[in-house]
Amino acid sequence: MIKKSLHLREDHLSKPQKQLEILSNGIFKDGSLPTFKHKISNRQDHPLRANKLEILQLNLGYMCNQVCEHCHVDAGPDRKEIMSKDTMLQCLDVIKKTGVHTLDLTGGAPEMNPNFRWFVEEASKLGIADFIVRSNLTIIKANKKYHDLPLFFKEHNIHVVSSMPHWTKGKTDKQRGDGVFQKSIEALQELNEIGYGMPGSSLKLDLVYNPSGAFLPGDQTALEIEFKRNLITDFQINFHNLFAITNLPISRFLDYLLVSDNYEDYMYTLVDAFNPAALANVMCTNTLSVSWDGWLYDCDFNQMLELKVNSKLKHINDFNEEVLWNRDIVISQHCYGCTAGAGSSCQGSVI
Amino acid sequence: MSKTYYNTEDLRKFKNITDWSEELGEKFFEYYGSVFKEGALTAREKSLIALAVSHVVKCPYCIDAYTKDGLQKGITKEEMMEAVHVGAAIESGATLVHGVQMMNKYEKLSM
Repeated sequence: MIKKSLHLREDHLSKPQKQLEILSNGIFKDGSLPTFKHKISNRQDHPLRANKLEILQLNLGYMCNQVCEHCHVDAGPDRKEIMSKDTMLQCLDVIKKTGVHTLDLTGGAPEMNPNFRWFVEEASKLGIADFIVRSNLTIIKANKKYHDLPLFFKEHNIHVVSSMPHWTKGKTDKQRGDGVFQKSIEALQELNEIGYGMPGSSLKLDLVYNPSGAFLPGDQTALEIEFKRNLITDFQINFHNLFAITNLPISRFLDYLLVSDNYEDYMYTLVDAFNPAALANVMCTNTLSVSWDGWLYDCDFNQMLELKVNSKLKHINDFNEEVLWNRDIVISQHCYGCTAGAGSSCQGSVI
Repeated sequence: MSKTYYNTEDLRKFKNITDWSEELGEKFFEYYGSVFKEGALTAREKSLIALAVSHVVKCPYCIDAYTKDGLQKGITKEEMMEAVHVGAAIESGATLVHGVQMMNKYEKLSM
């Protein structure tokens, strides 16, 4: 298992420019596979344009207590990029000014941001319909100061979304690190105890499934049935929905694809599975992703590739919903990850 | 690169068989797609059967395809290996049950 981020190892793939070069050269340059732009160029969805802003996703920082093999953020304990309170205040202003119905906090481990609780308290006063925190579960068990997080989430009616690559220990620990499975199980049981994820409960607990390897997620509904059956039987754990998310070929997952000699096959798989119905529902058309330092992106993946929004304003300092509306979405070959099969978004399948 | 009879890239070209016989090719793929749909058996059960049969007919393309399909469906390696053993047991059983024919013939020819 990888113990260090690409950033800490000073690996060439820690540079977004290098990743974009790989995604544009080779099989895409020699014409073996069409570029994403070419693939969608004769469709009515081209160019992809931003519609009304509905989901605001804030990356509170790249620091994380885990170093998962597939992480597209290249997060880890060594990452020091953390959103400041000033930027958080600007985000609160944006929430007030816009009609976003979903606020989605991610990271890294967003809970490791020192102003996380203050921000949640302030944001929860604004009456957002769906307030998501992407919690990796183990953070709850990582340190005494995080042990009361489940109650804090409950107090603010937070919708908890957590990663769980499999219902077995072996696959989970391989992807996310030794001991992660056991801690995740304990955290899920604690969340269940206070009502999260229980049938009929308004305290929403959803799980995210990322394939642990160079293959696409299977049918989301079928996987959800398997997860539920196994987690109930083995651990008496309940949850609401499973979001099946495709791994996009960037950062540490791209590194894995290249090192394991799976890159070309994986890209063929993504391109062969291109689904126009998924293209019509990609998340970037109603989402805005804000980085720890306030830059604006069409999605969290573009953030990691440093592909800022295609607009004359690119920073939260200058936020203006009207100017950002109808902007062209910035695309590259990684976008095939969101249009393969049943599609993929931070909320799982899109069709 | 050494030339072999089996090339992994050829699996991607499977659909090209339709180029030389459109009607039969399309009928086959339509049939194939229908077979693997969720029915009285789940898609998961069908995937495991396909994996076992892939080994019995010793088709490297099929083994690649249904190992990947199993991973996509969340099938564990223990389940996959048990399925392969089911195929192997039937195949070896099919060999061994012919031992009865050998025994019959032996007895018939012997005084």
